[in-house]
Amino acid sequence: MLGFFGISRAERRLIPDTRLAGPMPWVIAIMIFLTILAVAAGLSLRSGASAINAQLSGRVTVQILAGDSDARDEQLAAVERALDASPLVARRDTLSDEELQQLLTPWLGGDILDDAITVPAMIDVDIAGPMTTQTLQELRNLIVAVSPDARLDPHGQWLQPIFDLLLSLQFLALFLVILLSVATAAIVVLTVRGALNTHGPTIGVMHLLGSTDVQVARLFQRRVALDALFGSLLGSGLAALALYLLSRQIDGLGAGLLDSGQLDWLDLLVLVLVPLSGIILATIVARLTVVIALRKTL
Amino acid sequence: MQEIVTFDNVGLRYGTGKEVLSDISFTLYPGSFYFLTGNSGAGKTSLLKLLYLAQRPSRGLIKLFGTDAVTLTRDRMPGFRRRIGVVFQDFRLVPHLSAYDNIALPLRVSGMSEKDLDAPVREMLDWVGLADRASARPATLSGGEQQRVAIARAVISRPEILVADEPTGNVDPEMALRLLKLFESMNALGTTVVVATHDVHLLARIPEAHMMRLFRGKLADPTGVLRHPPKPEARNPDDVLPSFPPKDASDYFRQGPDGS
Ligand SMILES: Nc1ncnc2c1ncn2[C@@H]1O[C@H](COP(=O)(O)OP(=O)(O)OP(=O)(O)O)[C@@H](O)[C@H]1O
Ligand SMILES: [Mg+2]
Repeated sequence: MLGFFGISRAERRLIPDTRLAGPMPWVIAIMIFLTILAVAAGLSLRSGASAINAQLSGRVTVQILAGDSDARDEQLAAVERALDASPLVARRDTLSDEELQQLLTPWLGGDILDDAITVPAMIDVDIAGPMTTQTLQELRNLIVAVSPDARLDPHGQWLQPIFDLLLSLQFLALFLVILLSVATAAIVVLTVRGALNTHGPTIGVMHLLGSTDVQVARLFQRRVALDALFGSLLGSGLAALALYLLSRQIDGLGAGLLDSGQLDWLDLLVLVLVPLSGIILATIVARLTVVIALRKTL
Repeated sequence: MQEIVTFDNVGLRYGTGKEVLSDISFTLYPGSFYFLTGNSGAGKTSLLKLLYLAQRPSRGLIKLFGTDAVTLTRDRMPGFRRRIGVVFQDFRLVPHLSAYDNIALPLRVSGMSEKDLDAPVREMLDWVGLADRASARPATLSGGEQQRVAIARAVISRPEILVADEPTGNVDPEMALRLLKLFESMNALGTTVVVATHDVHLLARIPEAHMMRLFRGKLADPTGVLRHPPKPEARNPDDVLPSFPPKDASDYFRQGPDGS
């Protein structure tokens, strides 16, 4: 790295430092800002999707609807026995009356568990192994045999379109990151070509005095690296502020699915890598641009 | 003696134009002093460009330091160029660098430390009489002062070959002599010197120098002796260059290759 950037003050004077004069640092700041937001969106979609997946996709809720509470309890006991005996089931959890009440109160009001209405019994079932249409059918047969009034509600079924959407959005985020990288590389190429033109005579003399292409390239890549450093710091600062404000708003919403899109420390590390990669990308592109342009000269 | 430069049947055309140099063949020996003369537009600068690797020939063979220079790969060019000091006809000073930094450039390019290069740069500045203009930019120097900076830059790294294209065009006769003395002392230290010039007075100053004369892109060489100058040990200037220095300079430049 030192060989890459470590050049003497005298060498620096060769190409006068017009740093921060051009638009490149500002464009890089915008690119880094947008890239960090795109990466953050992609990461939080991914962690959200996997959280939902882990919690819900292997789960089936069994509802037992019966005319009166005695019949309901009878069928519930039969279903529980059947589930416990089945190898398809990893775990079952019958919702207690309190849990049911909690679940239904917002919809039906306070004291519905008085005998006025017969509330359906609910069992959460976690399937052992992967969820397929076949396992679902077997489970259904098993339950309907002992409880004709039971209804199966596999979560994965209504989750699938959401997963597909989340996946598409993640690909979109990745695509955005690629586009932004290409645009950043393009602005670096244009800027360096302009600088090469401006300093053409100086470079020509340096060549005739025996400069290598790498010596010339170092002068430019250092300038670009500094510009990119400035742009990255600015862009990352703005992006950090934006993400902080967004996460405050999400916290304000309370629990729920949004919570599962939280970024962990590994995700934050990836976000920190964005401006670093930006600087490295800009520097390498600058070096390549110079070396390729010089290769056309004698 | 091992030759340091060999041109064999070299031709040069710029783009698709007609050949500005044709059938150029000569050999330079290390430690010798050469003058290259010829009318304006005869091709002196073009020939020197081939020599200092700023241009590839359209045809022919060029050997530099015993190596084929025509097929030299890009990565080997810098090493060769560092062994050749050049005073460009148009100076080519870096405009935003001071006289000091311009003169220091070859040493910096070759990786010398700042500590080591200060003394030689100051010495060179002194030599060309510009010690008090060390921090001046080229634009604030007179033509002759710029030329002296250009010369100092060409000789500071003690190149094996020194190529000077009209190095005395912008200085008074006294300074021209001084500069010629500098070339001579470089030559005495073993540097092969090639000076392109119109200045006949200059030619007379170094009687032991070899002469090459270009006329319309060809080496004018009626006797065939100039084309391949004899090796230094064998040479006797009085035999080899019978008409040198010329009795009448203006006649000299009017002559064609066949002496007509
Ligand atoms: N880059 C170029 N492109 C096309 N033609 C060129 C180029 N450089 C030189 N020429 C032509 O080549 C011929 C020789 O030019 P050159 O500069 O070598 O002459 P010279 O002997 O150095 O002249 P002077 O004494 O005036 O410096 C001229 O006719 C010139 O017009
Ligand atoms: Mg010329």
